[in-house]
Amino acid sequence: MTKDKPGTIEVKSFGTHHVITQPNPLRKVLLRVPESDLDDPVGRAEKALAGLSGEFKDWMTVEADRLSAAYAEVQRTGFNRETREELFRAAHDIKGDAATFGYPSAAVAAESLCRIIEHAPDLKAVPPALIAHHINAVQAIVRERTKLDTVVVSSVLSKQLRGITDEFLTYANRDRPEHLEAILAPSIVPNE
Amino acid sequence: MYRIDFNKLRFLICDDNPHMRRILRTLLHSFGAREVYESEDGATALEMYTHYVPDIVITDWSMPIFDGLELAQMIRQPESKGNPYAPIIMLTGHSEKRRVTVARDAGVTEFLAKPISAKGLYQRILNVVANPRPFIKTKTYFGPDRRRNTTNAYIGPERRGSGEVEVMQQPSLLDKARTSI
Repeated sequence: MTKDKPGTIEVKSFGTHHVITQPNPLRKVLLRVPESDLDDPVGRAEKALAGLSGEFKDWMTVEADRLSAAYAEVQRTGFNRETREELFRAAHDIKGDAATFGYPSAAVAAESLCRIIEHAPDLKAVPPALIAHHINAVQAIVRERTKLDTVVVSSVLSKQLRGITDEFLTYANRDRPEHLEAILAPSIVPNE
Repeated sequence: MYRIDFNKLRFLICDDNPHMRRILRTLLHSFGAREVYESEDGATALEMYTHYVPDIVITDWSMPIFDGLELAQMIRQPESKGNPYAPIIMLTGHSEKRRVTVARDAGVTEFLAKPISAKGLYQRILNVVANPRPFIKTKTYFGPDRRRNTTNAYIGPERRGSGEVEVMQQPSLLDKARTSI
């Protein structure tokens, strides 16, 4: 959409690599404004996001039901490539979306489930109750979200699930150092 | 102080989750963007990328069949007829170091971990607009310079071969991309 002629690209060639520099094709969308400029695009976007929040409960219910359906399929046919991927994708979406939708504890439980699916040496050897507890926790957190006294319970529940999961994965991967490293490594990406 | 004129920017967002697409669309429109194209998988996104020539791509990582990593790799083809230089912002629930490294090595420009926030997204967009990095082409990599640290304090091995060979000018690939559609 930026129609300005981008100019020529400069290529500097070195022994093992080229460094390619092009004039910034997006520079024309940068506007210099006075410090007194009152426009607040981030604030505007936060308000718009808040305007969507009335739909978050329904969206979260859809996501939680998708997770339960994926697990029901696992129970019906066992773990195979398709059922594993769908269960992971459903949990991974909740891990990414739930905090935005106002359900941070569901995100923690979903992340814990993602870690089981990613790092368990053999999913068929994972105690079924461990997976089922994660599914049930997400459903309960979504269902009971409107009750004020459930916020703390949700948080404790998710953290306990994560603790049990980490204990299980650490033991199950005791002979797989590359997985142990990933399991024990903290996230390095700041949110903002 | 600088502000981005969003209504001059064209975005392509790629996420298989309809709720996340709605959130992204809402945020971008609120920033002032008018042209926001959406796809729910990497293959469709690649077609739309060639057709609409977006200024900035925002993609999820995990998608069925053709994921965001593969999309980034397909865009970063220096000999392709499309624009291989467009900024790619990877928006994903993955935030482990290994994942960030893999995304970086696929040519992703910025990495934004979910949960998404208006401030986080705005800052990534501001960064790719205001501070574009030169591209590096080696036998195994084509994408934005992976070295962000510009201090001279680095004391490790020098992995890039030195010995400047030549400096050459060539016609803009971006021009070529835009005139070929």
